[in-house]
Amino acid sequence: MTAVTADTAGTTGVSGVSDAAVAAEQAAYETVFDAAVAAEERIEPRDWMPEAYRASLVRQIAQHAHSEIIGMQPEANWITRAPSLRRKAILMAKVQDEAGHGLYLYSAAETLGTSRDELLDKLHSGRQKYSSIFNYPTLTWADVGAIGWLVDGAAITNQVPICRCSYGPYARAMVRVCKEESFHQRQGFEALLALSQGTEAQHAMAQDAVDRWWWPSLMMFGPPDDESTHTAQAMAWKIKRHTNDELRQRFVDIAVPQAEALGLTLPDPDLRWNEERGHYDFGAIDWTEFWDVLKGNGPCNDQRLSKRRQAHEDGAWVREAAAAHAKKHQHTGKHGEAQA
Amino acid sequence: MTSDGWPLWEVFVRSRRGLSHTHAGSLHAPDAEMALRNARDLYTRRSEGVSIWVVPSTEITASSPDEKDPFFEPAADKPYRHPTFYDIPEGVKHL
Amino acid sequence: MSSTPDTHETATFTGAALALGDDALILSHRLGEWAGSAPVLEEEVALANIALDLLGQARILLSLVGDEDELAYLREERSFRNVQLAEQPNGDFAHTIARQLYFSTYQHLLYGRLASGDGPFAGLAAKAVKEVAYHRDHAEHWTLRLGDGTTESHERMQRACDALWRYTGELFQPVEGLDVDHAAMESAWLASMTDILGKATLTVPSGPRTGAWAAGAGRQGLHTESFGRMIAEMQHLHRSHPGATW
Repeated sequence: MTAVTADTAGTTGVSGVSDAAVAAEQAAYETVFDAAVAAEERIEPRDWMPEAYRASLVRQIAQHAHSEIIGMQPEANWITRAPSLRRKAILMAKVQDEAGHGLYLYSAAETLGTSRDELLDKLHSGRQKYSSIFNYPTLTWADVGAIGWLVDGAAITNQVPICRCSYGPYARAMVRVCKEESFHQRQGFEALLALSQGTEAQHAMAQDAVDRWWWPSLMMFGPPDDESTHTAQAMAWKIKRHTNDELRQRFVDIAVPQAEALGLTLPDPDLRWNEERGHYDFGAIDWTEFWDVLKGNGPCNDQRLSKRRQAHEDGAWVREAAAAHAKKHQHTGKHGEAQA
Repeated sequence: MTSDGWPLWEVFVRSRRGLSHTHAGSLHAPDAEMALRNARDLYTRRSEGVSIWVVPSTEITASSPDEKDPFFEPAADKPYRHPTFYDIPEGVKHL
Repeated sequence: MSSTPDTHETATFTGAALALGDDALILSHRLGEWAGSAPVLEEEVALANIALDLLGQARILLSLVGDEDELAYLREERSFRNVQLAEQPNGDFAHTIARQLYFSTYQHLLYGRLASGDGPFAGLAAKAVKEVAYHRDHAEHWTLRLGDGTTESHERMQRACDALWRYTGELFQPVEGLDVDHAAMESAWLASMTDILGKATLTVPSGPRTGAWAAGAGRQGLHTESFGRMIAEMQHLHRSHPGATW
């Protein structure tokens, strides 16, 4: 903080007001902030907010944005091999949407005083995470369907409540994302249905994909509530609306009848309806795998990150060229006209 | 706030005739012409708009979000007041 | 093909539809290879837009003369009628932009002419010409920025323009069934290149615009070596499950 000199001259702390007065002012702000959040008002970028709230949002929005752009890779893996032109068009549009969603989210993060470059840098250096689900490989075409149905399904379950997040720009970005994403899950379901009802080989491909994606999808909701470090504070701030376990249960309850409609089996012998709870019971999640993948030991962690870094490095000369061109032509605005 | 020297632009979209331009979001672009094109691709790829404006984010002058409330003191105008404004070497703790 | 009196007419129409449809299909495929690797996130969206427009055009054109998937996935390499320019590998971003500049300018001129005529492609061209105008605009803007950007970008862009120049002569080979003045189109194309490359501080390449091979090029079903590998990847899944629906 000491690096800032000239600009701090006008701020409260340096202009002669006592520390006690500063603390009192801070407390007053905090009270108003808490009341605004409690009253379901939206916090906007220029409002005062606790630093921890800001940091928590940056962390969550960045992780979300990174997930969108890393998430392009496993699906883009199948664009050039999509088995029909209709499927190819759908998949290209979906991967494009993910780039767009990444952009919306980076924009939302930028309103908090952090640049996209900074966030990308943190992604590339491993200091910020993306959803671990994208560290699993897409081995067959059916994986594209399974990602749409299960991964996007889990993501939507997570994201819909964020449309009511207390931070305005994040909530608005999520409204846009959720609106656009409604087709993602449907196309995945439809693709899997075609496989399930297709030839024997196609059906087997679909079942294999669901076998591999089911458990990692359940892990997408994060660690169980008693081990989740961020949940309580995030819920108090209304960044988060439901606990990890609540959302996971909601997803299971939705997915089970959908699997039946697909004619596919979910790979959990303990999955059964619990009349008393009014929910499906399901088996124990292998949290060892979850933590292991999170730490970097998943099948594709290195591959995803190095591809992302490579794309960024390969693009550096392009970004520099456009910036250099803009600088040269900033006075004319137009090309081919004599510079005054 | 640049991306490799690409400034941030605010995007306003007129969704149909008879309505005013509404803030849709922001994006990075090297110049106004590219900003317009990027905005078209990003914010109107589902035919959401008939007209687009782009404005450099730095050219926007903002009032206090809500003049009625002392809560909205323009302190947040100064991003350097926030710890996230500073690059701290990795591994440095308790800052 | 039955031997009705209009057999020749049908064959001509089919050939022309395949030429246009394959151009769009193959270039769309190449652009699709960029997904996840674009130089900046905004450009992911832009390249995908162009790829999707072209794929849409390809599907309409192929469906005019058969089943789109049979045509895309079950034809052998020698049956594809796209120009060789469309199949050229992406290379660096400069190569992709140079390829797009050459192709979109050609396609824009062609579709503009088809749209104002009364041939069988007039309706389709009238819709597509708007999309293509945008592709051309995108390529021109990037050509200006790369050509007149940094020393490195200038060199890369010049290299790309030079390397792809030899595939541009084929664009103006008359295609039976497309009732346009190819020679006039070529002059307009050359004039546009002189203009845009000049503004971008680039030199209009001076090398030959066609390869020295009497057998022909893409329109005759003769492609470059990378094309076989490209369609092997494109077709393998579909071909691995004969008769399956997706």
